[in-house]
Amino acid sequence: MAEQQANKPTPQRSNTRVIGWCVASVVGMFAFGFAMVPLYDVFCDITGINGKTSGRYESTERTAADMTRTIKVQFLAQNGPDMPWVFRPVERSVEVHPGEATTVNFYAENPTDKDMVGQAVPSLSPSEGTLYFHKTECFCFNQQPLSAGENTHMPLVFIVDQDLPSHITKLTLSYTLYDQGEPQTAVTSTTNTTITDNG
Amino acid sequence: MSAVAGTHAQDHHHGPARGISRWLLTTNHKDIGSMYLIFSFTMFLLGGTMAMVIRAELFQPGLQIVQPEFFNQMTTMHGLIMVFGAVMPAFVGLANWMVPLMIGAPDMALPRMNNWSFWLLPCAFLILVSTLFMEGGAPNFGWTFYAPLSTTYGPPSTTFFIFAIHIMGVSSIMGAINVIATVLNMRAPGMTLMKMPMFVWTWLITAFLLIAVMPVLAGVVTMMLMDINFGTSFFNAAGGGDPVLFQHVFWFFGHPEVYIMILPAFGAISHIIPAFSRKKLFGYASMVYAVGAIALLSFLVWAHHMFTVGVPVAGQLFFMYATLLIAVPTGVKVFNWVATMFRGSLTFEAPMLFAIAFVILFTIGGFSGLMLAIAPADFQYHDTYFVVAHFHYVLVPGAIFGIFASAYFWLPKWTGNMYDETLAKTHFWLSFVGMNLAFFPMHFLGLAGMPRRIPDYALQFADFNMVSSVGAFMFGATQLLFLLIVVKCVKGGEKAAAKPWDGAEGLEWTVPSPAPYHTFSTPPEVK
Repeated sequence: MAEQQANKPTPQRSNTRVIGWCVASVVGMFAFGFAMVPLYDVFCDITGINGKTSGRYESTERTAADMTRTIKVQFLAQNGPDMPWVFRPVERSVEVHPGEATTVNFYAENPTDKDMVGQAVPSLSPSEGTLYFHKTECFCFNQQPLSAGENTHMPLVFIVDQDLPSHITKLTLSYTLYDQGEPQTAVTSTTNTTITDNG
Repeated sequence: MSAVAGTHAQDHHHGPARGISRWLLTTNHKDIGSMYLIFSFTMFLLGGTMAMVIRAELFQPGLQIVQPEFFNQMTTMHGLIMVFGAVMPAFVGLANWMVPLMIGAPDMALPRMNNWSFWLLPCAFLILVSTLFMEGGAPNFGWTFYAPLSTTYGPPSTTFFIFAIHIMGVSSIMGAINVIATVLNMRAPGMTLMKMPMFVWTWLITAFLLIAVMPVLAGVVTMMLMDINFGTSFFNAAGGGDPVLFQHVFWFFGHPEVYIMILPAFGAISHIIPAFSRKKLFGYASMVYAVGAIALLSFLVWAHHMFTVGVPVAGQLFFMYATLLIAVPTGVKVFNWVATMFRGSLTFEAPMLFAIAFVILFTIGGFSGLMLAIAPADFQYHDTYFVVAHFHYVLVPGAIFGIFASAYFWLPKWTGNMYDETLAKTHFWLSFVGMNLAFFPMHFLGLAGMPRRIPDYALQFADFNMVSSVGAFMFGATQLLFLLIVVKCVKGGEKAAAKPWDGAEGLEWTVPSPAPYHTFSTPPEVK
C-alpha cells in the first residue's frame, strides 16, 4: 500500500484513524453519561436546587441568634411505597430565630409483626433555602431499626443560618420514609454509605 | 427486491450474488441502503398500525377497544418503533444509497461493518416487538421511559427493552462511524468540504450527533438495567438516588436525537427545492453554518423538557433563551428555501409537493415549539396534546415528508423507472389532508387541557378527537398507496433518464439510471 502514494496516507490508514477517534468519542460519551451522576450530585450540593439538605453540620463559630427575625419551619412526614410504619412529626411547625439550635422530634412506630429498618430521605422547600438549613443531629443520617411493634421518638437538631435571604420567612422540611428491609440485609446494604453522604 | 436483482443478473462478473446470501452477506452500499429503506417502511407500517389502535380507542370517549394497560403499551411501542425503527433507519438507508453516489465514492468506507450495522436492527426490533407477547406485556411507560415508572414499576419485559435499545444504539453508532469515514476519506478529488452536497453535509453533522449522544442513551439504559437487576440506586430515592437525574441524562440524549431525525431531511430538501425551482440553492454557506449551529445548540437546551419538574429560575431563563436561539439558524434555513423558490421556474412534481409541504408544516411545528420553549407558558402546555401536536408536526411533515420527498426524488435513480406521477400526487394530497386533520385539532385539545397518554377523556374533547381519528385513519390508509407506487415503480414503468429532473445537480445524476451495481470505480473529477 505504501508504494501507491508516498506522501498521502492511504485510505486504509485514514479510515483506521477516523475509526479510532470515533470509538474514543463513543467510549468517552458513555463514560460522560455515568459521570453525570456524581456531577449532578456535586452540582445540587453546591447550589441546593433539588432541596437535598447536606450532611451533618459542624459549626466553627458560635454566633448569637438573630432575634429580630422569626422563621416558621414546617414539618411533613410521608411514607415511601409499601412502607407500613406510622411516621409523623411531633410538632407540625415551630418558629425559630436564625442562628439558634432547635430540637424537634418525629414519631415512628412499626405496627407489623416483624423487625424492620427504615431510612428517611429529606427534601427542603423552597429549594433556595436549602443551603441555609443546617442539621447538627438528624435521624436521617442513619438507618432506623425498629423491632416488631416498637415505637420511638427520633430527634432532629437544626439551625437556620443567619444569612438566609430576607424574603424567605417560611421553610418546609419534608421526610419520606423508605422500607429498607429486615435488619440483617439492611446492615450489609451498599446504599447505606450513599445515604449518609447526602444527609 | 427480486426485480432489482434481476436487472443486474446478466452482469456475471460484477453483479450481485444470487439468492438470499446476496442480502445476508452483501457489502454493497446500494443493497444495504435498499434493505434499510425496506426495513424502515416495514417498521413504519407496524408503528402506524399501533397509532391506528390508539386513534381507534380515542375515536370516542370511554373505553371501547383496548384496556388502558394495552393502550399504554401501544403509545410506548408506537413512539419507540417510529423513532428508532422507522425514521432513523430510513435516513441511514438514504445515506447508504446517496452519500457514495454524491461524493463520487465506489462504496462506503467500511462495507463489512455496514452489513453488520444493518443486520443488528432486525434483531433489535425482534426483541423489542416480542415483548408484546411476554407475560406482563410490553413496555408501557412512554417512549421517554422515565424512572421510576420504567424501573420500580416497569413490567418484567423492561430488560428486553433495554437490550433492544443497546443493540440499536450499537447499530446507529456503527452507521455513523461509517458515514464519517466515508465523507472524510472517500470524496472525489477536487470535492472540498465546502463543495459537498447539502445532504452529505447534514449527514456528516448528524453522524457526529449520533456519536455524541447514542452512548449517553446506552449509559442511561445501563443505569436502569443496574437499578432493576443489580440493586443499585441511580434513580431510586430510597437508596440515595434521584429520579430527576434520569430526566437530565435522558434529555441530554433526547434533544440532539430530535435533530438527528430532522437534519438529514433538511439536507434532502435542500436538493429537491433547487431542482424543481431550476435555481441554485440560495445561501449554501449559510445553510452549512446553520446546520452546524443547530447541532451545537442542541446540546444546551435539554432542560426545556423539564420546566415543570423543578428547575431554578436562572436555569429556566437559560434554557428558555437557548431554545429560542435555535429559531435563528432554523429561520435562516427556512428563508433560504423560500428565497431559492423566489422567482424560480417552479414545477410541482411529487418530490416538490412534499418539499413545499415540508417547509410550511415544519415551520408550523417550529412555531409551536417556540410556544413550548417559553418557560412560564410551558406550565400550561406540558404533557398535554399540544406537545403531541407539536412533535408530530415536526416529525410527520418534517422527517416523514422529507423521506417521501427523497424517495420520489431518487426512485428513478434507484429503479431506473419513473414512478406513477398521478398516484404519487394522490399520495401527497391524501397524506397532506389526513396529516393536518389528524394533528391540527390536537393543538386545540392540548390548549383546552387534554392530557397526553390517556385512553379515555372528558366529553368536551369528543368532537376534535373524532376529527383527529378520521384524519389519522386517512393518513394511515394512504401509506399503503405509497407501497403500491414503489412496487409498481420497481416492477416497471417509463424508463428514467440518467438525469430525470432537468433542474437537478450533483454527481448522482452523472451515472445511468438505474445506478449500476458498482459506480465510480474510478473517481470523477470535481471542478
